[in-house]
Order: sequence, then structure tokens, then C-alpha cells
Amino acid sequence: MIEIKDIYKSFGSNDVLKGISAVFKPGVTNLIIGGSGSGKTTLLKCMIGLHHPEKGSVEYDGREFTTMNFEEKIEIRKEIGMLFQGSALFDSMTVEENIMFPLNMFTDQKRSEKLDRVNFCLERVNLTGKNALFPAELSGGMKKRVGIARAIAMNPKYLFVDEPNSGLDPKTSIVIDELIKELTEEYNTTTVVVTHDMNSVMGIGDYILFLHEGKKFWEGSNKEIAHTDIQELNDFVFASRFMKAAKDKF
Amino acid sequence: MNFTNFGRYILLLKAVFRKPEKLSIYMKAIFKQMDFIGVGSLGLISIISTFIGAVMTLQIAFQLVSDFIPKTIIGSVNRDSSILELSPTITAIVLAGKIGSAISSEIGTMRVSEQIDALEIMGINSPGYLILPKILAGITMVPLLVIISMVLSIGGGFIGGTLSGAVSAAEYIQGITTDFNPYTIVVALVKAFVFGFIITSVPAYEGFYVKGGALEVAQASTRAVVVSCITILACDYIVTQLLL
Repeated sequence: MIEIKDIYKSFGSNDVLKGISAVFKPGVTNLIIGGSGSGKTTLLKCMIGLHHPEKGSVEYDGREFTTMNFEEKIEIRKEIGMLFQGSALFDSMTVEENIMFPLNMFTDQKRSEKLDRVNFCLERVNLTGKNALFPAELSGGMKKRVGIARAIAMNPKYLFVDEPNSGLDPKTSIVIDELIKELTEEYNTTTVVVTHDMNSVMGIGDYILFLHEGKKFWEGSNKEIAHTDIQELNDFVFASRFMKAAKDKF
Repeated sequence: MNFTNFGRYILLLKAVFRKPEKLSIYMKAIFKQMDFIGVGSLGLISIISTFIGAVMTLQIAFQLVSDFIPKTIIGSVNRDSSILELSPTITAIVLAGKIGSAISSEIGTMRVSEQIDALEIMGINSPGYLILPKILAGITMVPLLVIISMVLSIGGGFIGGTLSGAVSAAEYIQGITTDFNPYTIVVALVKAFVFGFIITSVPAYEGFYVKGGALEVAQASTRAVVVSCITILACDYIVTQLLL
């Protein structure tokens, strides 16, 4: 479980996060949604320590993260897997080397054991046999899946996903969403997904945190999101004609 | 570099020299960088050094118009100039262009494509993993390249001088073997060590803090070469002042 309390973050005079608090539970898909500039990626970066919040705390199963020193943070980070918006695969390494990288760094396993783990992760994301390819040879969806395979290589307790559907076609987006949900339930990970994709929200949003102008405006599930009176949330959720039509129909 | 940049550079170096997560992985990276910096630059440095030595000999011969000055001086001037100044400094400036821009753009691209963030999220000390092997390879391979450059520069002087008839082979060899002070080699190697550190660490700093996209990576790469060259020349003066 990850608990964030009263997170404030600003860049110069621009206050990006204004006192965000939330609890992200394990085994369910937690979504942070909001429009561009609402602070969702900044919140994610504060949670994983890429940004340092001015105020507030982030607790990983009761372990306060923001006040930890470098060495203590490393121990938490070994339990974190992350899929970046652009996948962030290492260009100079093959798919196999990318997935094996954290295993090489932090385990003393034999090469055969590491290779077994790599192959298992690739099988899990339906990319069996793609070991020798380089990131430049992969499609956008395949890159995302390799990113997920690398993220789960170390059996993470916490999985962070930044904009998993950006640049993907709707069909591939659904595959990625379902994969995230399956992995979350299968390994009981605490999964936090930043997205503004409404298909993801309706499809996998067990818990949804809606941010608007750096503030928490609403929290709930995908079953509740269509029935709120909050203007800002409705403007966001039903911005597209398709969603409006769907709302009118139901 | 202004003071803020210098402060950030020092803080980055502090992070670079943290204890490595796994020595065997770092060793592989160091050898890879040694190959890139050392072996990869050998051809270029050899060509440049040989021609500079040859040109130096011709220019010294051209300026020695007095019959009272023995021609053996050509060899000894070329030897001391090559060892003390030309080989370390020219090698360093050429490498700042070749290696520096590569280091800066490699790390800068990793920064803008979130690969450095990915390393940090995995719990890896990204400055150490990315920069330490480059610095260690730089401070070992640049002195080796400078030694090779010295030999080739003096050899180039011999070829240029004898082929043009500016100096005879016997006079040149007598010149390079007369009054040789081995301390000049020490000064040159100290310079090479310092330059090796600058060539790798300054571009790494420029790349590591890039923000933006392709344009900013290119700008950082240019800045890395310019700042490295200026720093090399400033340190050249300081080391020469201190050691000679």
C-alpha cells in the first residue's frame, strides 16, 4: 500500500501540486487522471522520488520515503517497477539485455536462471522469442510490453505506469491495459497508473484519483465516475462526443 | 561555467564516486569505454601527431636562418615542444571534440528519453553507472594516447625533416637525444591525466543536466566541446606554471 499525505510541489512561482492526499491499495489498479498540466505526472514523480515535494509525505507500507537517505531509497526502489511514457528502454541493449539489466545489477543468480526469468517475463507479455531485437526494431506497443517485462523482472511490490496508452492504437491500448490489470491482480502489486485515456479509466479503473489544477477534486471507482455532479470531472470525462453519446444512452 | 554550474558539477562528481552497485558490471563498462576512447581514437591521434611533428620540423628549420645555430636544435626543439605542449594539448583538444561530443550526446539523449530516470527508479546510482567508467577510461587512456602521440610526433618530425632535406637524419637524431630531461615526460603525463578527466567529466555534466529534446542535446554537445577546450587550455597553463 502507498499512502501520500498533503503533497505540495511547485516549480518557481508555479504551484503544481496543492496538498494531495490519497491511499493506493495493493491488488487493484489505481489511476491518477486529469487534464494536461493538472499535476498527475508531477505527483507520480514525487511518489517515486524523481521530484522532491516541498511538503508532505509518501509512505510505502508505512515506510516514509521522502525523508530517506540515498541508500535507504535504493532499498525501496528495488521493490518498484516502472513503465515510462516513452518506454525508456536502453537503446544500446537488446530486449533480453534490457530485461536482464536489473537482475544483473541486484542479484547473484546464474546466467541460466536470469535467462529463465527473462523468458518468463517475455512470455508473460506475449513477446516470446524477441530476445535479440533492439528497441529500434520494435513497434510502439512492443516497446511498452518490453517496458512492462523489464518492470516486472524483479517481482516488484509497487508498479508505476506513466501514460501507458500514449501513441498506441485503441486495440493495442486495450491489450496493455488488460496486461497491467492482470499483473496487478496476479502478483498483488500496488499499481499506480497515470493516464488521461478514458478507455483505460472505464476499463481498469478500480480506484481513480482525479486531479484538477493541482488539487484532488474527486476519488472513486470507474462505476461511480459517470454519476457525479462535479463539473470539472464531468467536463474531463465527457469531453469527447463518444463519451457524451454513451452518457446520454445510459 | 558560472558558480552555479561549477557547484552542480562538483555535486555530480560526488555522486559519480559513490560505491558501485556491482563491480563486475562497472569493470565491463570501463573496458568498453577504454576501447571507445583509446582504441577508437588511435587512428586519428596517430595521423594528427605525425603531421604536426613533420610540420613543426619544417617550421623550426624555416625560422633557423643563422649559420651559428646548429641544425641539431631542430630535433631538440621539436622533441620538447611535442612532449611538453603539442602532444598533450592537441591530443586533448581533438579528443574533446571527438569523445566529448559523443559523451554529451549519449548521456543527453538518455536524459531526454527518460533512460536515466529508468536507471534511478531501478535503484541504480545513474551518475556512477554512466559517468564513472568514462572518467576512469579517460584518465587511463588519454595518457597512453599522449605517449603514442609524442613518439609519432617526434617520428613525424624525422620523416618531414629528412624527406624535405631541412635536416639530416643524423642531425635530427642527435638533436632529439641531446640534453633530454625526463621530467618533461612527467609534466606531459600530469597534463594528460588532468585533460583525460576534463574531456570525460565536463561533457558528461553537460549531457546529464539536459532538459528538452533533440535541439537541447545538440546545444549541450556543442557547449560540452567549447567548455572542455577552454578548461583544457586554462588547466594547461596552471599545470605548466605549477610544474615547470
